[in-house]
Formats: sequence, structure tokens, C-alpha cells
Amino acid sequence: MVKLFTINSLSSPEKQRLRFLTKFIAAQHTNVVLILFLIVLCVVVGYLIPSFLTFRNLTNVLRQVSITAIIAAGMTFVIITEGIDISIGSIVALCGVIAALALKSNIPIFPSILLALIVGIVAGLFNGVLVAYGRVLPFVATLGTMYLFRGGVLIIAKGQAIWDLPSQFIKIGTGYFLGIPIPVITMFVIFALGHMLLKYFTFGRYVFCIGGDEESARLCGIPVKKIKLLTYGLCGLLSGVAGVLLAGRLGSGQPSVGQGYELTAIAAAVIGGNSLSGGKGSVFGTLIGAFILGVVSNALNLWGVATFFQIVVTGGIVIVAVLADKLKKNKD
Amino acid sequence: MVLNFDNENDVIVKIENITKQFGGVYAVNDISFKLYRREVLALVGDNGAGKSTLVKILSGALVADRGRIYVNGKQVKIKNPMDARELGIEMIYQQLALMNNLDIPSNIFMGREIRQNWILGSLGAMNLQAMRRKTEDLLNGFKISIGDISKEVRNLSGGQRQLVAICRAVYFQAQIIIMDEPTAALGVAEAKKVYHFINKLKKVGVSVIIISHNINEVYEVADRVMVLKTGKLVDVVQKGEATIDNIVTMIISGKAL
Repeated sequence: MVKLFTINSLSSPEKQRLRFLTKFIAAQHTNVVLILFLIVLCVVVGYLIPSFLTFRNLTNVLRQVSITAIIAAGMTFVIITEGIDISIGSIVALCGVIAALALKSNIPIFPSILLALIVGIVAGLFNGVLVAYGRVLPFVATLGTMYLFRGGVLIIAKGQAIWDLPSQFIKIGTGYFLGIPIPVITMFVIFALGHMLLKYFTFGRYVFCIGGDEESARLCGIPVKKIKLLTYGLCGLLSGVAGVLLAGRLGSGQPSVGQGYELTAIAAAVIGGNSLSGGKGSVFGTLIGAFILGVVSNALNLWGVATFFQIVVTGGIVIVAVLADKLKKNKD
Repeated sequence: MVLNFDNENDVIVKIENITKQFGGVYAVNDISFKLYRREVLALVGDNGAGKSTLVKILSGALVADRGRIYVNGKQVKIKNPMDARELGIEMIYQQLALMNNLDIPSNIFMGREIRQNWILGSLGAMNLQAMRRKTEDLLNGFKISIGDISKEVRNLSGGQRQLVAICRAVYFQAQIIIMDEPTAALGVAEAKKVYHFINKLKKVGVSVIIISHNINEVYEVADRVMVLKTGKLVDVVQKGEATIDNIVTMIISGKAL
């Protein structure tokens, strides 16, 4: 005889637990859908291409994803304030070149990295000043600085790549720790910290407020300008981290890298459920968004699909993600 | 509760000769009045009477050109909303200044979050549990049932949103709450709930100033009614002294009874 399992057959604490669970899942709605989508995607791709689900290949996917994902974490904060930062690709190149130049002038590794990160923060804060205090539209402000920083880094590097970096530094981009690539570990650490910052710290809450309703945030006594400034600074810092990792991975400081990274980062954030109209989103969602993009790109590579088609597919995914968000909003 | 409008000890705010000009226009012209403890003062008048300007001066959103403000007998300078807040004056704006995308505890504690202890707290780590618990206590204390407090505020009704905004002010020990058209966007039943809640506020010792266009509604809840016209004070009357018709006449004619 089949015993039917119904909610009514549960004892009351069990019921409560179940209710709590359903509530929890409902609150995590977007993220659950994303994770399920990612799992289904992996299973389908793994079924079609057996070499996909190998440890080696998955590690490879993570490593490819890591650099743009780190940028996307910073972008998430900016997007939730209803901003955007398209200068990050230039900041990536700038920080990589600064680190390389510092190393070439015999500055030790740690201070060189620190210097590069400080440059990243300063570049981000410059964006922040334009947006928060200059009241320039984020897109326009960072469009300007995108050219500014790119031109600057080309001048500094004289248009040339800077080679022959210390092997210890190159390890940052190519090495492993406990069998996991260092950029991947960095990515997970940054996402864990970013998630906590956004969810459990006043800074993160104010970021949501500003994106939700800037005027009300001001009336509640929230330092809107300062928070915006810091948000862009954070985005600059994380772009700096990505720049250093990339320089390590490439074994050189290249003034022309990072072009188009801003779009990948924005795509990851949007796929991850962050609304470009602000006030909504999560760092975790962005991570899953970045994974989805990475898996799709890897699968297309394994399939031998030409790069041009891959770009088309990426565009398609972004459009689907935005439409899904719109549909959900209309339902609400 | 019978209020005694002669006892100087019961005066919480005294305003003297407040004037505010915009260009050549007097938005508020030489207005003086007193606000008593535990009273609800209705501020009525036609558009452009200076109601909003007057309360904005009290809440620090505007600074008066001339005049003096006394709170609890002491002369004070209110230069910005923070000054007002420190004096226990909270303004509830028409748009409520609620974050629609956040839940109720986040809204109640917005800008004044309860933090964790030690280093984490000074870095800005919030104590979400404590805020949830305090919010529940606060709502239960006023017998407000909103259901699940982790709902985003956008999912609340207009009246519930109004109550959340008022609760926020009360929680932070506001002594004087100023409301700008609190029921403008509400249905009749919802408005009743809000007025009922305002009555409860009196019992916890809070004074309330309400700006309203709806004289019938506000007459119910007010202890005194203050009438303005074109920036000038027409009269302040106790509820028993004037009928609604009298007040309407004052608003239109600009003459005291």
C-alpha cells in the first residue's frame, strides 16, 4: 500500500520547519532558479560532451571565469545603486601595467601589488567623484574615464607589453593552492566577502537604499554621496585585483587587455538577477551568472563553435535574462 | 484626556515671529504659536497658505529668515534635519521616505541600524536578529498587525506603510511628529486606522502636527486647529470653540472668528 505523504500528516514542529523551508526558498527564488538552470546546463553539456565534466575541464572553466567574475562582483554593487561602470576594462589594464612596471623597477612583489591595487581604488574613486559629486550620469562619466585610463596606460607603457616578470609573481595567475588555481580561490574569497558586505553590513544596506529610492535615502540621513563614492572605489579595487591576476596569468603587463570585460561583467550581473534599474540583486546571483556564461562559452569551445557565434549566444542569454526579469516584475 | 492650554509647563514647542521669504514672496509671515505636550494640532489652509513651509522650518528642511524656536523652554537653532531629529522632532513626509525594496525592519531602522558588538559592529556589521525582534515588539506594542515583517514594504497597503513610517519616528523617541497629508492617498478605512493610531501616540506622550486638506477627517482627531492664509496665521482654535463650518469660513476669508 502506498502511504501518501501530505503536509497534514506532519507533526506541527515539522510543519513549521517545512513552512520555514518554503519561505526560505521563496525568498531565494531568483537564486534557486539560477542554480537549477546552471545544474541543468552542466548536466546537458556533460551528457553531450563527456569531456566537459572532468575535474580538469571544470577547473579550467572556473579559471577562465575568475577574472571577469571578480570584476562582476564590484559591478554588482555599482549596479544595485542604479549605476554602471564601463571603465573597468581600462582599470584592469592600468593596474596590470602598474604592477608590472613596479616589479621591473625592482620593487618587491607585495608592495608592487599593493601599489597596483591603490591605483585601482583611486581610479574607481575618480569615477565615484564624477558620479556622486559631479552628478554626471554614470554611463557618461565612466565612458570618459574608460578612454582616459586606457590612454593613460598606453602612454605609461609606451604602447608596449612589459615582459620578464618575476616567476613568483606569475604564480599568482598560474599557480595552484591545494590543487585549485589561485585566481579561483581569490574569486571565491572575494564573493564570500562581497556577499557578507552586501547582506550583513550597513554599507550594503545603504547601497540597496540608494538604488531603491535615492531621495528617501537622503531623507533618512544616509550619506548618499559618500556611499556612491565608495561603491565605485570598491569596483575599482576589484578591477585592480583582476588586473594583477591577469598580469600574473599573462606573465606580462599589457596595456591593451581588458577590452570588453565591462560587458561580460555587466552580463554576469544581469543574468544573476541584478536589475539595471537598481535596488535589487545579489553578489551570489552574479557569481552564478558568471558561471553560466563560462559554462556556455566552454561548451561552445568544446563543440568547436566559432568565436563569432559565441558572441551571438552571449548576447542572446543576456536578452533572455533581462526579459525574464521584466516578466517577473510585471507579475509582481 | 483633557488638555490644559494655559499651563506653560505643557508647552513643548514655542515658535515666535517666524518669517520665511522666497524672493519677494512671504511664504511664512511673522507666525507665532505654541505646541503642547500630547496634543494633536491640525494645520489647515488653502494651497500656498504656508503650511508646508512652516513645518519644514520646524523639521530643518528649511531655515527661517527671522524668528525664534523654543523646544522645552530652550531656544534652539534648527539648521538641518539632523538637528531637528536630535531635538525629538520627526517629520513624516508625504512620500514617507520608505524603501520599497526593503523589508519592514530595514525600514524602521534605516540609517540607525542596530550593530553587532566589538570590531564587526564598528565596521558596520548589523544585528539583523535584534532589529527583527525590536520591530516585532514595536508593532505588537501598538497592536499593529502586518503579518510577515520580512515582506518588502512595496507589498504593504498605503495605511500600513503610513503606520511603519510613524512607528519609525516613535521608536527613535520622537516627541513631536509632523505629518504632511498622512491620509491623502488612503481609503476611508485605512485613514481611520491611521487616525486611531495617532490617538494612541498621545497616550505615549507624543505631540503631533498634522497638515491636511481634509478638514472633516482632521477635525475628528485634532485637539486644536490652526488656520493659515497666504503665509499669515489666521487663528488657532480649540475644537470646541469652532465648528467645521467656522473653520472653512476662516480658511476662505482669512479672518478670525
